[in-house]
Amino acid sequence: MSADTIQEARRQIEICNACRYCEGYCAVFPAITRQKAFADGDITQLANLCHNCRGCYYACQYTEPHEFALNLPKVLAEVRQDSWQDFAWPPQFGKVFHKSGVAITMLIVLCFSLFFGLSRLVMPANGDGFYATLSHSMMVAVFAPAFLLPLVSIAISLRRYWQFVGGGRLTVAAVKSAFANVGRMKNLSGGHGEGCNFEDEDRFTKLRKIGHQLTMWGFLLCFMATSSGTILHYGFDIKAPYSLISAPKLFGVTGGIMLTFGTIKLAWLKTKADRKLGDGRVWGGEMAFVLLLCAVAVTGLLLYAVTGTVLVPMLLAVHLGTVLTLFLLMPFSKMAHGFYRLAALLQDERKVNNDSR
Amino acid sequence: MKNEPDLVIVGGGNAALCAAITAAHAGVRVLILEGAPKDYRGGNSRHTRNFRCMHDGPLSVLTGSYGEDEYYDDLLRVTKGNTDETLARLAIRGSQDSQPWMEAHGVRFQPSLSGTLSLSRTNAFFLGGGKALVNAYYRTAERLGAQVLYDAPVTHLELTQDKITRVDYTYQGENLTLSPKAVVVASGGFQANIERLVAAWGPEAENFLIRGTPYNRGDVLFDLLDQGVQSIGDPTQCHAVAIDGRAPKFDGGIVTRLDCVPFSVVVNKHAKRFYNEGEDVWPKRYAIWGRLVAAQDDQVAYSIIDRKSKDLFMPSVFPPITADNIGELATKLGLDVSTLERTVADFNAACQPGEFHPTELDGVTTDALNPPKTNWARPIEDGPFYAYELRPGVTFTYLGFKVDETAQVQGPNGAIRNLWAAGETMAGSILGQGYLAGFGMTIGTVFGRIAGREAADYVR
Repeated sequence: MSADTIQEARRQIEICNACRYCEGYCAVFPAITRQKAFADGDITQLANLCHNCRGCYYACQYTEPHEFALNLPKVLAEVRQDSWQDFAWPPQFGKVFHKSGVAITMLIVLCFSLFFGLSRLVMPANGDGFYATLSHSMMVAVFAPAFLLPLVSIAISLRRYWQFVGGGRLTVAAVKSAFANVGRMKNLSGGHGEGCNFEDEDRFTKLRKIGHQLTMWGFLLCFMATSSGTILHYGFDIKAPYSLISAPKLFGVTGGIMLTFGTIKLAWLKTKADRKLGDGRVWGGEMAFVLLLCAVAVTGLLLYAVTGTVLVPMLLAVHLGTVLTLFLLMPFSKMAHGFYRLAALLQDERKVNNDSR
Repeated sequence: MKNEPDLVIVGGGNAALCAAITAAHAGVRVLILEGAPKDYRGGNSRHTRNFRCMHDGPLSVLTGSYGEDEYYDDLLRVTKGNTDETLARLAIRGSQDSQPWMEAHGVRFQPSLSGTLSLSRTNAFFLGGGKALVNAYYRTAERLGAQVLYDAPVTHLELTQDKITRVDYTYQGENLTLSPKAVVVASGGFQANIERLVAAWGPEAENFLIRGTPYNRGDVLFDLLDQGVQSIGDPTQCHAVAIDGRAPKFDGGIVTRLDCVPFSVVVNKHAKRFYNEGEDVWPKRYAIWGRLVAAQDDQVAYSIIDRKSKDLFMPSVFPPITADNIGELATKLGLDVSTLERTVADFNAACQPGEFHPTELDGVTTDALNPPKTNWARPIEDGPFYAYELRPGVTFTYLGFKVDETAQVQGPNGAIRNLWAAGETMAGSILGQGYLAGFGMTIGTVFGRIAGREAADYVR
């Protein structure tokens, strides 16, 4: 991690700790007030706890041109980003995809070509629906490792994070509150329930929270669609294609629509927001990642819409290409933020519980 | 200007915005002339964090009740009776219905901040502090149609008989003039005007730090007083507290405060003590230390503690100067080594045994020491030793306009028919000396609303 960035964050946090006016906005400030000295691990934990709602920036009496030059959302974004890249495993993948939208796009093209090639070269002998284009076993052969290996990578990263920030044993209460925080996105509520300062300077709006909720819950529904399909396939020997009134379709279509609208909203908001209040180095990578999520959702929905037509093979390759990219990039893109944020919230709840005991 | 405004508001802090919102609500065309650039808009309101509020029962984030008489008694205690009872009670009573008004116009409150539990019954804290309040008010005012010009200092208000007939201001390098029907002045005191402070206080004022905005220079205040408008408040006095001597000259705000004095010995540049550091609990004493330090040579003092007291107060933004022994500390502070060693040794020898309680008057005192330390007198003997430099930090000045119950400014021959004042620029009527936490915002809010209402009535 960059020692300079951490030191700059520490300088700013110490000013915050002497002021404390922002205590009501989010979990970061109460966490700051629980300490007087901040080790590198503490700074990293605070950085990952920050949801970049920007309320503190617009309320701050010490932002530039004041000589204290506070910009907490930006410096915490930078520390956070550095931590994801440094904890990433294998480390050499850590940097490029975070920063570069071009790299992400190239990976999509590569993944698409893989499926396109596979569908041409290894035509299945038989099969219904998608499996007429690409056999089930072929899909499993690609996606099982492409899903599990990134998960292993993330587990290794999170373990490193947990050690670095001084994490320890979790209580049921801490886990429950942390998940409740995530489910409601409490830290994007502004403390008063009116949302963030994001797309229009100091105006509080719920747009970002709504966009994020649609994206997060839409994604989870899509994930449940795939999981339920796997259970039906292996557990009950009920194979795709599924009818509309089936768990995979109900989850998938609902989630796909939510994910589409959520990511479009987030991408639009991102174009409006002040880039100086985030980590400017990774704007392109973040934007490409949001659009990748959007592409996963849109191509998934389209694929369902064109069922039975000649467009299926091409669209299937596009859709599977985007999904594969998403999986592969889980540890090396903005996707990582969900895992780290959850870890930070768990660690924060641990500390709150320990303090109140 | 697209439309010639009916009402010009001079200033852009809490009082100005309350007046602007009230008048704009009434359908008046309002123009706010804020002297500061947008980044620094809001005057000293940017640095505030709470609002002292009367309430007959639990109200919003406020617990219990805080009645008019208790509130007024608190005011009498800090001002030593130097107040205008009619105006003071108007502000106190007005605070109760101002709290919901503030919420309705975008201000969000939160329970008292950590370390301020003593204020949870009397003071409602702004979520995000004073700048968040100012931001919300600008949004509301502009939504109601008020126009705002930043970097637009008013240079002169022309008083012709009993009316303001002209407003001169500068904007984007041009000298401009307006003739609105009415004017509200809400542009604060003159504490950022060092030349005026020196004239009032003496050359020592050169060394004062100004805790708030550099834009409160009192230009409109002195402009009108020079035209015979009646003043109130001691022109030579300002409210000053002891703050960290390394604070910036202007705008250091809350993070420069130091709460370590009661647990320390405080010496001047000659390494000698000069006042009882343990006279009373800090919230009741911090205000006198600005004056005490101002009276020392070079307006500087040093608060010295040892390891035992390191964690007994809120962290300051500047790390303390640290040394393993008193002699080394003296060298780092540029004080005479043997004198400081003797001062600390004499103090330590005079400390009497007793049970130390950091949060209450514990009676742990010195014996036969001049000046004594009458509470929290523990020997300074466990290294490492820490020192903070103290300097006077000016919060506000007391000189202001004399106003009546309608916030109308009093000219040489009675009320000026189209001029009202609100906020710090008239607070000297009510707060003749001392300070009561959160009361400046109360005066600004209540009289800002009154001024806005009266000006709107006059315009229509």
